[in-house]
Amino acid sequence: MTTVARYWRETPRRYNLGGCRCPTCRTVFFPPRSVCPACVTHRRSFGKMEPFQLSGDGEVFSYSIVHDAAEGFEMQVPYVLALVKTPEGPTLTGQVVDVAPDQIRIGLRVHATFRKLREEGRAGVIHYGYKFAPVSEPLAGTGTAESASPAQAPGERGRVRA
Amino acid sequence: MDAGIVSYGAYVPRYRITPTEIGKVWGVDGAGMGIGLNVHRKSVPGPDEDTITISTEALRVALVRGAIDPQTIGALYVGSESHPYAVKPTATVVAQAVGATPYLTAADFEFACKAGTAAIQTCLGLVGAHMIQYGVAIGSDTSQGAPGDALEYSASAGGAAFVIGREHIIARVNHTVSYTTDTPDFWRREGQRYPSHGGRFTGEPAFFRHVTECAAHMFETAGTSPKEYQHVVFHQPNGKFPQRVGKQLGFTDAQMKYGLVTPYIGNTYSGAALIGLANVLDVAKPGERILVVGYGSGAGSDAFDLVTTDEIATYDRRFGVPVQEYLDHGVEIPYAVYAKFRGKIHMGGS
Repeated sequence: MTTVARYWRETPRRYNLGGCRCPTCRTVFFPPRSVCPACVTHRRSFGKMEPFQLSGDGEVFSYSIVHDAAEGFEMQVPYVLALVKTPEGPTLTGQVVDVAPDQIRIGLRVHATFRKLREEGRAGVIHYGYKFAPVSEPLAGTGTAESASPAQAPGERGRVRA
Repeated sequence: MDAGIVSYGAYVPRYRITPTEIGKVWGVDGAGMGIGLNVHRKSVPGPDEDTITISTEALRVALVRGAIDPQTIGALYVGSESHPYAVKPTATVVAQAVGATPYLTAADFEFACKAGTAAIQTCLGLVGAHMIQYGVAIGSDTSQGAPGDALEYSASAGGAAFVIGREHIIARVNHTVSYTTDTPDFWRREGQRYPSHGGRFTGEPAFFRHVTECAAHMFETAGTSPKEYQHVVFHQPNGKFPQRVGKQLGFTDAQMKYGLVTPYIGNTYSGAALIGLANVLDVAKPGERILVVGYGSGAGSDAFDLVTTDEIATYDRRFGVPVQEYLDHGVEIPYAVYAKFRGKIHMGGS
């Protein structure tokens, strides 16, 4: 049951990409930190870091295609694990869903989506949090599971931030 | 009524399976089954999707489109018959995931396929009584039919979220009425994995009786007739029932065009009528009148008489995916992948 409490504590960042920002140098951190390591006067930032929510936008900086799944991900192989560079600064590690492994590429625009992360067995708690999904250019065409491209399927966000 | 829809969003998972593919596994004429049901394909949730994730995605779209501060939401209700937990609310996770906690009331609703419309009625009451600024009503499901059962050809996944308020209304609710009886046409007992149903009993004494009686009650209450509505949306357990009941009531194919989505994504249960309404709102212009008649087994119908306002002309739908995209596109998967995604394969262990 220890993981229940641990995941609960991490809910703000897993659900809503809640990070923090240094009030002095404005550097954004994810996950949040209690002190700014980027500031020359970093000791003055202790206890003063501001909550900061990432927009969820980003692009694939690098990726791996995972064939030997971690526990709980067996149903999803092969799946994409990526480093996602956000416009706010931090680079996040996360799964990219709704994209076929042969369609993932560096520079692909993605947006955070809300998915199940894992389950603690059939009777245990379910953990939720962010993953990433491609941002569609326009949605068009249809495909198969093998040929799905980022521009082919719904569920990808045709997202235009206001 | 001094309340209505302020914003909305819909979400349908990307995977699709056809009746033909399902029929191949069970030695049945799947294509014929699809034609009979008027279901060409149905949506399938990914292995990491459930009612909570679908509800959250739909609501996030609604909040961005309406530029609504999540902290102004006073009530959040999720209607579904596939809540991931038997005990622990779907609504609390959704509320936390959109940043609406902690000062709101939240609960899960269950009334077969009409729990989402019941949630809208509850929100209308709270908003109309000035108890809250915004109420959120979500209808969402990852429905399942037993392998080989007729339900397997239509039971799908998807959902829609509606923000109910008093200001900047894009579709005002003029009237809402209900029709409820004890009719055991479809049920799932505690602990059972798949629902049971009464076969043909789900038709005349259940769906058709409740939908027609509820619609008639609405015509009497609102002083309207079918010809006064530009759009009509019925609950749609398949593509055939809503067309038939529409004809019985005197509606034309043109009035039913945008409200009928099940032929392309299957029966999303609590999401079905609401995704149909979202599709109507995607194309509606100011001053158009809409009739929605939901249905839930057990049984009951909720009806809404709505009219779009001038606000819908400037409503920003750029964020999120239009419902039509979900109807037109998807990634088709074979039955084996469908069985894996839906947990129909026994993996051993606990």
